[in-house]
Amino acid sequence: MKFTLSWLKDHLETVATLDEIVERLTSIGLEVEHVDDKSGLKPFVIAKVLTTVQHPDADRLRVLTVDTGDGKPPVQVVCGAPNARAGLIGAFAAPGTYVPGIDVTLAVGKIRGVESHGMMCSERELELSDEHNGIIDLPADAPVGTSFASYAHLDDPVIEINLTPNRPDATSIHGIARDLAASGLGTLKNTTVEAIPGKGETPVKVKIEAPELCPGFALRLVRGVKNGPSPKWLQQRLIAIGLRPISALVDITNYVTFDRGRPLHVFDARKVAGNLVVRRARDGEKVLALDGREYTLTPDMCAISDDNGVESIAGVMGGEHSGCDENTTDVLIESALWDPITTARTGRTLGIITDARYRFERGVDPEFMVPGVELATRLVLDLCGGEPAGTEVVGYAGHQPKIVSFPLSEVKRLTGIEVPGATSLDILSRLGFKPKGSGDVVDVAVPSWRPDVDGKADLVEEVMRIHGVDNIAPQPLGAHDAVNSKILTTLQVRTRTAKRALAVRGMMEAVTWSFIPARHAELFGGGQTSLKLANPIAADMSDMRPSLLPGLIAAAQRNADKGIGDVALFEVSGTYEGDGADQQRRVAAGVRRGTAKLDGSGRSWAGNAGPVGVFDAKADAIAALEACGAPVDRLQIEAGGPAWYHPGRSGTIKLGPKTVLGTFGEFHPRTLEGLDASGPLCGFEVFVDAVPEPKAKPTKTKPKLELSAFQAVKRDFAFVVEKTVEAGTLVRAALAADKKLITGVSVFDIFEGASLGADKKSIAIEVSIQPVEKTLTDEDFEALAKRIVENVGKQTGGVLRG
Amino acid sequence: MNDATTGLETLENSLLAEIASATDEPAIEAVRVAALGKKGSISEILKTLGAMSAEERQVKGPAINGLKNRVTEALAARKAELRDVAITARLVAEKVDVTLPVRQSPAERGRIHPISQVIDEIAAIFGDLGFAIAEGPDIETDYYNFTALNFPEGHPAREMHDTFFFQPDEKGERKLLRTHTSPVQIRTMEKQKPPIRIVIPGKTYRQDSDATHSPMFHQVEGLVIDKSANVANMKWVLEEFCKAFFEVPSVKMRFRPSFFPFTEPSLEVDIQCDRSRPGEVRFGEGSDWMEILGCGMVHPNVLRAGGLDPNEYQGFAWGMGIDRIAMLKYGMPDLRAFFDADVRWLSHYGFRPLDMPTLFGGLSA
Repeated sequence: MKFTLSWLKDHLETVATLDEIVERLTSIGLEVEHVDDKSGLKPFVIAKVLTTVQHPDADRLRVLTVDTGDGKPPVQVVCGAPNARAGLIGAFAAPGTYVPGIDVTLAVGKIRGVESHGMMCSERELELSDEHNGIIDLPADAPVGTSFASYAHLDDPVIEINLTPNRPDATSIHGIARDLAASGLGTLKNTTVEAIPGKGETPVKVKIEAPELCPGFALRLVRGVKNGPSPKWLQQRLIAIGLRPISALVDITNYVTFDRGRPLHVFDARKVAGNLVVRRARDGEKVLALDGREYTLTPDMCAISDDNGVESIAGVMGGEHSGCDENTTDVLIESALWDPITTARTGRTLGIITDARYRFERGVDPEFMVPGVELATRLVLDLCGGEPAGTEVVGYAGHQPKIVSFPLSEVKRLTGIEVPGATSLDILSRLGFKPKGSGDVVDVAVPSWRPDVDGKADLVEEVMRIHGVDNIAPQPLGAHDAVNSKILTTLQVRTRTAKRALAVRGMMEAVTWSFIPARHAELFGGGQTSLKLANPIAADMSDMRPSLLPGLIAAAQRNADKGIGDVALFEVSGTYEGDGADQQRRVAAGVRRGTAKLDGSGRSWAGNAGPVGVFDAKADAIAALEACGAPVDRLQIEAGGPAWYHPGRSGTIKLGPKTVLGTFGEFHPRTLEGLDASGPLCGFEVFVDAVPEPKAKPTKTKPKLELSAFQAVKRDFAFVVEKTVEAGTLVRAALAADKKLITGVSVFDIFEGASLGADKKSIAIEVSIQPVEKTLTDEDFEALAKRIVENVGKQTGGVLRG
Repeated sequence: MNDATTGLETLENSLLAEIASATDEPAIEAVRVAALGKKGSISEILKTLGAMSAEERQVKGPAINGLKNRVTEALAARKAELRDVAITARLVAEKVDVTLPVRQSPAERGRIHPISQVIDEIAAIFGDLGFAIAEGPDIETDYYNFTALNFPEGHPAREMHDTFFFQPDEKGERKLLRTHTSPVQIRTMEKQKPPIRIVIPGKTYRQDSDATHSPMFHQVEGLVIDKSANVANMKWVLEEFCKAFFEVPSVKMRFRPSFFPFTEPSLEVDIQCDRSRPGEVRFGEGSDWMEILGCGMVHPNVLRAGGLDPNEYQGFAWGMGIDRIAMLKYGMPDLRAFFDADVRWLSHYGFRPLDMPTLFGGLSA
């Protein structure tokens, strides 16, 4: 919403400065977005160049004599502009003038030895535009000696406010003035509109067939008008707020729209066939609107039609066919009420943004429907002449004000500040509310221009914003009585810890899009209809991700494409199994590319990092699970994973037969192909929300630590087994041989070779033994070794390597 | 001086010469064996003592033992000397070029994304003020995202949200991506009786994209509901938060009346800052105002939607962009880079994994 200072002062009697007005507007909720104030240009005057001669010592400079219109002899000015010529009329800055475009206050000076007493300015020097090819060149009739700013209409500051959607009353300059006056910054001028008696009836009748879309319609004919350009003062105001003057009749409607927030439409009465009907548009009905475009309407839009068809899209834009032009002699002035929701939807569907729609969708003041016609009639008579007929008013039942029961204590209850009841009621009265009665609870009638006010909280807001938010002193929120206990849920703690645990492993946390290309989603088991956006912002951001991996792989590849091939990324975030609130999972995932190993990447004098692989991903996955509190010693690793992994180089992490905690591995070549990714890549995903909730324990005491006094020993075994035997099975078998004495089993060598046979391999393990009751004798060790060999043999068919 | 005495002296001289000329430990050992071993020259002489008369032994004994002791001492001294030499030589041989680079520790390379870090910072501050952290789903219903938050059907405010929608299901219900974290207000009120003090960080989505808008972004919402929380308390909480978050001793904030469907009265908050240095924002000084958050008293209709009686309960809520306050605090210019996963950006703007924000250690110390 834009307006000029002088326009505001049509409605507000005030001595406040522009700065005071701007500051007050913002503080009462009419946020000033921009002020275009050219008042600094006041000292510039219109002056005429009388003579020009070449500067004696500079090729590009000329010496001018300039008549500044002050009745004194012409002044000498040195000027470099190529367009400087005798007879040119332009903008002159006398010595002492501040020139904003060059940030200089002028003084009399010598330029290459010739005195210069001022400056002829370019538009850029006045910060009017970037034009700097020459000095300002005004028409021959520009009055020399007068203010350039007044001549160019730059002396009326333009204020633009960022209006919130709840304030239809502030779509009018009058309404803005009312708010300012209520806040104590002046007096609202009496701008009551006088009714103008008409002669006879308006012959065109109005029939409202859709009263739910049109709660009122006023129409008035003015005969014998002369429509031409509107007067300068009107054109200047419209131009200042960014509107293009068209003709007096059209400019009047725009003027009233801004002045009073009352959009109007004018029909050329001679082009209207028969009577007007307000109805729902027929499906597919077409209308050529005033913007020169043809729009196709639907039955949920409201149309004004005559015998020729649709003449106007109600509340949004008039039709070209019955519009006014310079030949219009009889004009029909329409001032109607339109359903806000229908107007908003119609405008949105058709993609039309107009000043009328802007107001109707917020809700215009119903009580100003008829005064709007009267005001427009006054302006038409003043500017175009003519003779008005009587106003035809249809469908308007009158306005029943809302009554809000207002306990005066509500102000203190919601804001914390004590405002005397009388002050509250005074503020409301100044805003046009009508409080009735006295006592602690007052019935307040809401003015017709404030459809946004429904309840007592709204009245508190009115009092608060006018009384001043700054007057509310901060008050501490009641302190908690004790040390704040744990505020994070288990899932939040895990998310946080998993992030730190993965970052400690040299990975960088990425935040990737929740929506990914459909083909990426499909590669990872997603792509179902319920997770497709109906209106994605881009075609490749269409599907909610079923997994974090495609986003991370694509991110790793983007880095590789920039020459950074060794990348380790992770993310802990949501994935979507369906559109239900309980179908969003919390997942920790990571990828490593190139040689981005835990210990570092690339070549080194101390040993080069090899390509990343399934075991790097496995280690990351287990670290993430451990950070999430999963019982790492009870995890089961199964060979193979979902289809997007390499079938022989992937695994699934389970806890018990049913709970899948994660997957890891290298990727299937077809997956990488589908993601346009290449290079050694591995990754993992663990389901943070699948890790069982820890049991609430009555005590934080840890179990007692038992330290054996006897020396621990290590023994090596190598078993020859079938190639299909999994190391995990063999390790478990060795561990189970004596659960008391054996504290650990590690695999230190895997060997395959012709000497063993084509389908055999050797697995070498180191068994850690911790005697607990006594030092073990040779016989004890022999017996233990025998149990290990037997158990491994039983579980895997393996035999000791000879 | 007799022959025997001369013999001992000669032997001693010869042994001491051999000891002195020994250049390593085996050579020294050989001398020791030759002199003091079972058949060593001194051992042989010592054996002769037994056959001597008492008088003779009284004379020769000390001489022979003296010889033995002196040779033993010389051996030990030379041995120690040679060991020193050997160690010195070994140390010289073992010298390496310590300027060779070592690999960086993984903990030094890893990074936490600024969004995660800032969420942790927010949690640290509000945890101290007695708030809990609440979360909710990204895919929401129209009811939780709009209707329950007092956005009437067809209201222009709905349009301002540029919502992402899914296809309607069989029942015609159309899910959407939440446009703000406010649905969690309702979800929390449905589950929990007041007093409520929560902050709600999370992902939000709007159809918008430029240097300061992204179709996916992060918001943090706050909600306080009890029987007395008011605008004055809200001002206090938000001022305390801004001071703590931006780590400045004082901030100047401007509360402007505004409009949100889910609060009444509603306010927007600007924070005073100095933006005169390019690419840098300083809070607690300067003459610029920057919008930082929206807030207000929870609208009676929202309380009702949450099953609470607005005449009994009241409270306030606020919301702000996590990405935005992260950009402001840490001087990151372009929001789009947040979601690009460029490791150069992550390495530069990200945080070290062990930089855990706490109030006792300073949020970003």
